[in-house]
Amino acid sequence: MYFHNFEEFIEMGGHGFYVWLAYAVVLFALVAYFVYSNRSAKSYQKNLVKFYKRMDSRNQHKTDLEQQSVEEN
Amino acid sequence: MWTWFYQLASPKWFYQFANKWLPWLRAATLILFLAGLALGLLFSPVDYQQGNTVRIMYIHVPAAFLSMFTYVLMAISGAIGYIWRIKMAHIVSVSCAPVGAIFTLLALVTGGIWGKPTWGTYWEWDARMTSELILLFLYLGFMALHNAFDERKTADRAAAILALVGLVNIPIIHFSVEWWNSLHQGATISKFEKPSMDTDMLKALLTMIVAFQFYFVTVLLQKVKAEILDREKLSGWVKKLVVKQGEGVQ
Repeated sequence: MYFHNFEEFIEMGGHGFYVWLAYAVVLFALVAYFVYSNRSAKSYQKNLVKFYKRMDSRNQHKTDLEQQSVEEN
Repeated sequence: MWTWFYQLASPKWFYQFANKWLPWLRAATLILFLAGLALGLLFSPVDYQQGNTVRIMYIHVPAAFLSMFTYVLMAISGAIGYIWRIKMAHIVSVSCAPVGAIFTLLALVTGGIWGKPTWGTYWEWDARMTSELILLFLYLGFMALHNAFDERKTADRAAAILALVGLVNIPIIHFSVEWWNSLHQGATISKFEKPSMDTDMLKALLTMIVAFQFYFVTVLLQKVKAEILDREKLSGWVKKLVVKQGEGVQ
């Protein structure tokens, strides 16, 4: 341990502003992108649920129409 | 050996592989970062010239290293996708771009913050910084070009070529401190020589580099998962997977 107390740790020998700013920027960016990339996979899955429902109902509609036209002829 | 390569090229296999390993990768990333932060902020000495600002090194160097590493991976997998037309290689290549851009931006920002107290300036148009800035533009250009095409296959191939052309910038970044006079210092760690650095500093730096690498693999696999779902949505296995899991998203 290279610091004797908590104030010294925060001050970083007078360079606290630079050191903590750099660490804050990095931590923020890494955490933000971690959350974003994790969420995008999840939100894709949610959207796909709706996408497949839509596809299914459209296909169903199509076969219904085909059957109708077959019956009419 | 070869079957493993074939499996790697299958999106379905890759997706399951990512799902299986991601919890472990996330845990390892977190532990490594906590260890690296403790070593870097608490258990490493101050520099005799720079004082405590030397602690910025433990995030600046890994970010800069990963910014180049990611680019090389992006270009190589882009080339593999281009030459052998492997879908999975393009997916990896495209997923590298955003995280690589973030590493590059972080290397530039932390470098600027470090430069102010040590060099007296946030920014200088010297070789190392300018070539790293070009790297950022290459990443942004790659993403913009990929977005510019409606057809994904064309986008993949065009972006892969851009990545390959931009590869020339990587040795320029690496050797810039030797080729030109620069404010930036040369490499402190080398494979061939004993590092000119205190062992406690070296421990902190290496831990942080490994932590950044684990972080990179973790977010890359997360992005790859999303990319696979989007591209493979018309294939049976994705539909089965999504419908089976329903709202209980994994």
